[in-house]
Amino acid sequence: MSHLLEVKNLSVAFPTEDGLVQATDDLSFHVDLGETLAIVGESGSGKSVSSMAIMGLHNPKTTKISGQVLISSLGHSTDVVTASSEEVRRLRGGTVSMIFQDPMSALHPYFTIGNQIAEAWLLHNDGTKDDARKKAIEMLDLVGISDAKNRVDSYPHQFSGGMRQRVMIAMALVNHPKILIADEPTTALDVTVQAQILKLLKDMQREFNMAVILITHDLGVVAEVADRINVMYAGRLVEEGPVNEIYKNPVHPYTIGLLASVPRVDQAHGTRLKTIPGQPPSLISLPGGCAFEPRCEFAKFVPDNRCKTTRPEVQEKLTGHLARCHLSASQVLEVKARQ
Amino acid sequence: MSENILEVSNLRKYFDSSGGLIGRKRHTVKAVDGVDLTVAKGETVGLVGESGCGKTTVGRTILKLYEPTAGSIIFEGQDITKYSSSKMKPLRAQMQMIFQDPYSSLNPRHTVGDIVAASFKIHKVTPEGGVKKAVQGLLERVGLNPEHINRFPHEFSGGQRQRIGIARAIALRPKLIIADEPVSALDVSIQAQVVNLLDDLQSEFGLSYLIVAHDLSVVQHISDRVVVMYLGKVMEMASTEELFKSPHHPYTKALLSAVPIPDPTIERTRERITLVGDLPSPANPPSGCVFNTRCWKAQDICRNSVPAQRTVGSSTVACHFPE
Repeated sequence: MSHLLEVKNLSVAFPTEDGLVQATDDLSFHVDLGETLAIVGESGSGKSVSSMAIMGLHNPKTTKISGQVLISSLGHSTDVVTASSEEVRRLRGGTVSMIFQDPMSALHPYFTIGNQIAEAWLLHNDGTKDDARKKAIEMLDLVGISDAKNRVDSYPHQFSGGMRQRVMIAMALVNHPKILIADEPTTALDVTVQAQILKLLKDMQREFNMAVILITHDLGVVAEVADRINVMYAGRLVEEGPVNEIYKNPVHPYTIGLLASVPRVDQAHGTRLKTIPGQPPSLISLPGGCAFEPRCEFAKFVPDNRCKTTRPEVQEKLTGHLARCHLSASQVLEVKARQ
Repeated sequence: MSENILEVSNLRKYFDSSGGLIGRKRHTVKAVDGVDLTVAKGETVGLVGESGCGKTTVGRTILKLYEPTAGSIIFEGQDITKYSSSKMKPLRAQMQMIFQDPYSSLNPRHTVGDIVAASFKIHKVTPEGGVKKAVQGLLERVGLNPEHINRFPHEFSGGQRQRIGIARAIALRPKLIIADEPVSALDVSIQAQVVNLLDDLQSEFGLSYLIVAHDLSVVQHISDRVVVMYLGKVMEMASTEELFKSPHHPYTKALLSAVPIPDPTIERTRERITLVGDLPSPANPPSGCVFNTRCWKAQDICRNSVPAQRTVGSSTVACHFPE
């Protein structure tokens, strides 16, 4: 059976004056209806670049893209990378929709929110402006904006950050998409509002039976809502698996380090944080072998300097649990136990 | 408890804003409205709250970057509330600030050496062995390559820039550092490095910290005591252990329960309090307890009378119905 969304060997690179920036490299993953996939990584790891590729938002004149982004809709599969801009436009906002980190800059300040939601609906449906307005009110109501009938004529600046994010969600869902990409949807919000928005996203996913791709750097948020996780580092997928599995038995040294370096409110106060030494590599001159090798504490256990010389491939390390590492799961666990 | 390096009582900072072109509607934003807090020598106090609660204004007013509207600030036994800027200058060597954004807080046209050496120049201090040697020593101490003294800020990553800001702050061996969201702009793996660096510098130089932050997990990790603010007022003050183990103020409880824990098993089974609504505008705060519009325990008394600070266990709580 084919997946709802399947990304195959996706590479996105930007030619710059300093050289080719390899933003994502040989990335493959898939998402199915009703599930939440979290894409986790630090700044520059390629999370947002890959989501923009799914939406077909890269400018082909300034971007080098190879690989496939297959979206199946109504028994028909479209490759976003090679499809015409007309075809992509039909998918975008219809089958695939997106919400962004900063709702203030994603909403147009000159138009009322009702106007903006109605526009999104009219692009994909035949109907009158009155129908669209009704639809906008219905959506605002659904995302928990009280007094939607009157609020529909408000401008974005009249809303708080949390309410603007609700408007963004209403706009993204107005055409009942199958895939919703949420790029850092709660990063700009306070924690109490973040909790509200995450709950809303979960409710909406159930209501519309969508696949959600959640892009975030916050491992706490991931633990709360994700079913599966992709961990990215320097444009490459380094680990993939079910959420419980990744948090309990991470097998890639980067994921292990990342999970250990997060301070937690439920942990004893005063313990020293574990750190990952060094910093992420430049995407212009990636190391020839494993991109994480210069910071990896496990690399010395791999014979013949292979981490420096040979790029590891993504392999299934445990059932349904993939990682891009030369060490096997049992080797990693053995080293971890010794530390 | 040892001697206090900083004692702030009843601190108020109001901002006047005039609405409209001709300034007819004047209204006052009570950004900080009666805050008491102390920092003991060698202690780390975390000041937490959501955006707009006044935590940054508290930090800046203590450093006299804003003129306080009322209240008193006592630093090392001296009442600095009314000090003029020339009288503040020698004291500024002892109280330094670390800023949130490592991009906008460093002058892009100055080299790292100039940036860190500026403190020596402004305060006319000649360190032992010369300025250059001192700057290189500082860079090395914060984990940067001392040979990079002639580089410009844009040649460094966010985490490295934050280290430059820290080197600048510790150059004159201050006694108190106020750090405003020191790690919130950094990636997780880099954040941990900077948190550990702040920890090390504290034990090495006997620093006292006032850390202003919204990330409760970071605050829990580095603070000895925590002050929770909401709409310009202190809701709860307690030792870190007490506050995270048994929060007494409903707001603290809600805030803690909203922080996601990076463990799917715990995260999906624990009880959660979801607050309704948004933070009210600080220009028009609710009467009585400022939290009453979002509080599930609120009764008439909460809407009519401002709760006084009271002691519950070892915590100080401003609530009519503490847990």
